[in-house]
Amino acid sequence: MNNSVLVKIARTHLVERKKQSIIAALGVTFGIGTYIILMSFMTGLNGLLDGLILNRTPHIRIYNEVEASKVQPIEMADPFKDSNFVHVVENIKPRRSQASIRNNQGIRLALQKDPRVKGITPIVSARVFYQSGSVLLNGNLMGIDAIEQEKLFNFNQYIVGGKPEDLNNSKNGIILGAGVAKKLRLKVGDYVPMITSTGESMRLKIVAFFQSGLAEVDNTQSYANIKTAQLAANEGPSYATDLYIKLKNIDEALPMTREISEAFGVHAVDINTANAQFETGTSIRNLISYAVSITLLIVAGFGIYNILNMLIYEKMNDIAILKAMGFSGGDVKRIFIYQALLIGIIGGAVGLLMGYGVSVLISKAPFETEALPTVKTFPVNFELAFYIGGSLFAIITTFFAGYLPARKASKIDPVEIIRGQ
Amino acid sequence: MSTILEVKNINKYFYDPVKVQVLNGVNFSMNKGEFVSIQGKSGCGKSTLLYLLSTMDTNYEGEIWLKGELLTGKSSNELAKIRNEHIGFVFQFHYLLPEFSVLENVMMPALKLGLKSKSEVEHIAYEKLKMLDIADQAKKRATQISGGQKQRVAIARALINDPNIIMGDEPTGNLDSKNADLVFGIFKDLTSSLGMSMLIVTHDDDFAKRSDRVITMADGRIVSES
Repeated sequence: MNNSVLVKIARTHLVERKKQSIIAALGVTFGIGTYIILMSFMTGLNGLLDGLILNRTPHIRIYNEVEASKVQPIEMADPFKDSNFVHVVENIKPRRSQASIRNNQGIRLALQKDPRVKGITPIVSARVFYQSGSVLLNGNLMGIDAIEQEKLFNFNQYIVGGKPEDLNNSKNGIILGAGVAKKLRLKVGDYVPMITSTGESMRLKIVAFFQSGLAEVDNTQSYANIKTAQLAANEGPSYATDLYIKLKNIDEALPMTREISEAFGVHAVDINTANAQFETGTSIRNLISYAVSITLLIVAGFGIYNILNMLIYEKMNDIAILKAMGFSGGDVKRIFIYQALLIGIIGGAVGLLMGYGVSVLISKAPFETEALPTVKTFPVNFELAFYIGGSLFAIITTFFAGYLPARKASKIDPVEIIRGQ
Repeated sequence: MSTILEVKNINKYFYDPVKVQVLNGVNFSMNKGEFVSIQGKSGCGKSTLLYLLSTMDTNYEGEIWLKGELLTGKSSNELAKIRNEHIGFVFQFHYLLPEFSVLENVMMPALKLGLKSKSEVEHIAYEKLKMLDIADQAKKRATQISGGQKQRVAIARALINDPNIIMGDEPTGNLDSKNADLVFGIFKDLTSSLGMSMLIVTHDDDFAKRSDRVITMADGRIVSES
């Protein structure tokens, strides 16, 4: 009834000024479009970069540290126990201790039952030399459970030329670092001879290559299954140098790390302590994207404000006659707010489509990176929240851009206009 | 005869640039079905009075009653509703909305009132246009018709909600004598056949003489009623 005639007037005003209306709507379109593109691309990229660290790194790592005993024998000796004595011990040496984490199977069983833990997997690290004729290359053989490793840390993303599961199937399989393979001119299916730290020879068959994008890792590291690595370290079946833990919620990493080191008397480090810098980068990139797109939308808002203001000066007579006919100030205000909202809704909808279209194009564009051999195109985050947020923001900005001119229109005194003729 | 409009002791001042009294103790009343002209020289306050009666100007002293209802002191929204439902306007300049067709212009106040469906309103608008003999122009843009036709469209628009009273501010002032005669004829017809009340401000003596009653104003006062 009442409202539909207001909408009709608003629509007619816009349709009669096609050029102006289109320009105003285009402002919104570009604002929203850019917002969607920026946010999709930036968060896609952030996700990828965070993933490089977050996915590969355990949330909590339990390990053994070589260190000197905290309590030196002299402090325990009866005659010098009192705090009256100052102990001076020169040239303290670190204690030789076992490389394996003590009671690691017990720790694993206990933590697996913890509801906060998504998974825990043991790592066996053994030093080896890769051998090619008379050349020996320094290397590090990591014993892993490939299936767990894939489940928890997206291990697959860094594997080229084969599947990590093959490690579990063959006792003497190895996933060789891409850098090592290049130096030794090896390909999948070849055998790589190596010498362990205890001087024994081993021959392992290459099932795939590992490419992390970090040269120093790719030039030394390789992966085998846990038993093979234990053999290379010349240790028994309970030997494990690290425990990698992935949590359901990363925020619990810090308190849990403290808890674990207290409960089990082991060294543990959480992901945020280990990689403090990455969060800063993410939040700054997000901040920039928001700042740019909000600025664009505000500029679009000024455009709408300007055009409506001009329209109201042009339409003084019409406003006066509408009021004489019995339209109230509120009705007149609504007519102009509807115009702003129509511009916002149409411009915003086209902007969403534009943003989506360009995002799709970007996501199809080739993007090759050493760091991620399985990623071939640009990462784009098609999150619904951006589209909802963009629409809301378009409507809110255009509403306010329309509100001020509309209020002015509602206050026009019809008598002044009609008598002024 | 029942009273349709009653004005009691109206005073009105303009403050810009200095305080000037433009209406001074104006009293009058008019009955239903009456055709009243207000006449006077430029600046005598006749248009000012009309705009007070139209409810668009609320800055005055005194009381205005429409159909036994006190208008003075009502909120602007209430007054807008009263204007929409009970008062029809015809101005010197035609004030049609240029983006809309003749028919849409006529329909507008009824759509605002919102008591009837769109198709009913359209039917009534056609009736009014037919009565004023311009139904053939209904689909044209308001800017595409002649001055005389525009004024007839404005009258049709004023009639669409069957108001109690029609007010006109120099409705023939901008028309040639032939069209002015035509418009006067329509007004006369509306009072005699439909019992509509007319309050018309004019300085056309000829027009005034032919109405039922002439109120003459000078210097903000009513000097004669005949």
